[in-house]
Amino acid sequence: MTIADTQNLPRGLTALANPTRFLALVRVVLPVLTIITIGLLAIGLWLGFSVPDDYQQGRTVRIMFVHVPSVWMAMGAYMVMVSGALGVLVWRHPLADVAARAAAPLGACFTFLGLATGSIWGRPMWGTWWVWDARLTSFLILFIIYLGLIALWNSMEEPAKSARIAAVAILVGAINIPIIKFSVDWFTTLHQPASVLRTDGPKLAPEFLYPLLTMGLAFLFLFLTLHLMAMRNEILRRQIRTLQRKAAREIRSANKAST
Amino acid sequence: MIALLKRDLKLSFRSGGGAAIALLFYFAVVVSMPFAIGPDPILLSTIGGATLWIGALLASLLGLERLFQSDAEDGSLDQMLISPTPLAAQVFTKSFVHWLVTGLPLTLMAPVFGLFLGMSQNALLASMATLAVGTPAISFIGAVGAAITVSLSRGGLLLSVLVMPMCIPVLIFGVGAVRAAVTEPDPFLPPFLLVAAISLFFAVIGPFASALALRQGAS
Repeated sequence: MTIADTQNLPRGLTALANPTRFLALVRVVLPVLTIITIGLLAIGLWLGFSVPDDYQQGRTVRIMFVHVPSVWMAMGAYMVMVSGALGVLVWRHPLADVAARAAAPLGACFTFLGLATGSIWGRPMWGTWWVWDARLTSFLILFIIYLGLIALWNSMEEPAKSARIAAVAILVGAINIPIIKFSVDWFTTLHQPASVLRTDGPKLAPEFLYPLLTMGLAFLFLFLTLHLMAMRNEILRRQIRTLQRKAAREIRSANKAST
Repeated sequence: MIALLKRDLKLSFRSGGGAAIALLFYFAVVVSMPFAIGPDPILLSTIGGATLWIGALLASLLGLERLFQSDAEDGSLDQMLISPTPLAAQVFTKSFVHWLVTGLPLTLMAPVFGLFLGMSQNALLASMATLAVGTPAISFIGAVGAAITVSLSRGGLLLSVLVMPMCIPVLIFGVGAVRAAVTEPDPFLPPFLLVAAISLFFAVIGPFASALALRQGAS
């Protein structure tokens, strides 16, 4: 065993200790979460389809039940990444990076879903697929930030280093989140202002509000399920890499011994 | 810090420094615009402010890749990391020099290039003013991107992808202020002050974020 091996081995094992417990936890929690997600999605969709047509928007109002929850989760996923980034920089926890990294593609998907459904909704309501108003633009920027971060992670080889550098980038990009949230209040936009998360209570009629909240909850659980799955995959991927490296080292030392 | 300022200024004016290249690039962008859009003077003067801003943004991004990379190559980045001067202060100096050799010349040349686009005198003055207060923001945001991508061998494209979204607010309000200066009822001052605010904000946040990224990348 070389010096490099003795240095790498215990560090690799301690890094695995916590994730192993995490994997055991995931094994128990994941089926439960999956069932809850499917149930909530079914109820939410049923409620969403059974609401009466809106007197102004007609049937298209139902797009809201997908659009609004996706947008919530798109921002929620970024907040998960921000807390992951803090976990990386402050506590140097290996799982924090895994959490941040696993949330990025999910967040990008939810952002895309939010943009796409918003566009489909905007066509009949505003008469256009896209307008360059503050809410839409800042949300498009969020999408670009997600893609940029994913590219940043993919362009660096070493996970430990890429984790810390990506964490800084995540924190800088977090400036965009409050801009998205308050863009409808700061600027005059075509997009309507917030109607659910308001200090004076929701402005939405109850027959629309409850299906929307159910769908929001369903999307939250969908995100949690997918996030845990992605984290599990990322941990397994890293374990495979460690094993591959170890195997490569063993082959090398065996070759050396034979010659 | 003064020594660092002098050193960086000297380096950027020597051959391969890129201060002149950024200006040339700016010129090329501005000149190619009428070819793409057509030589209609009314149309050109309406989009003049936007063209000047896009050109300035692209030209500033051009040199950013080398901001820390050349220091990382010759080892002076390690010297910066262990020096008693706070790293954020050094990054601030470097970003400031980057602005001095790209942002400032771009601002000064903007009215000349604006004449090609047939812009009115008000619009020329407005674009000069907004560029003067807006381009520092690009340098300070860009320094963060440069610090993040310094360890990558081909970080230039990724840097642009990371920095561009953060620069969009500067672009929006910068161009908005230029447009407001020409169209009568819109006030010029609010978007102009917003650009200045963004610059000041990133002048504070940027150096600390870049210093953090540089340290994390080095350890």
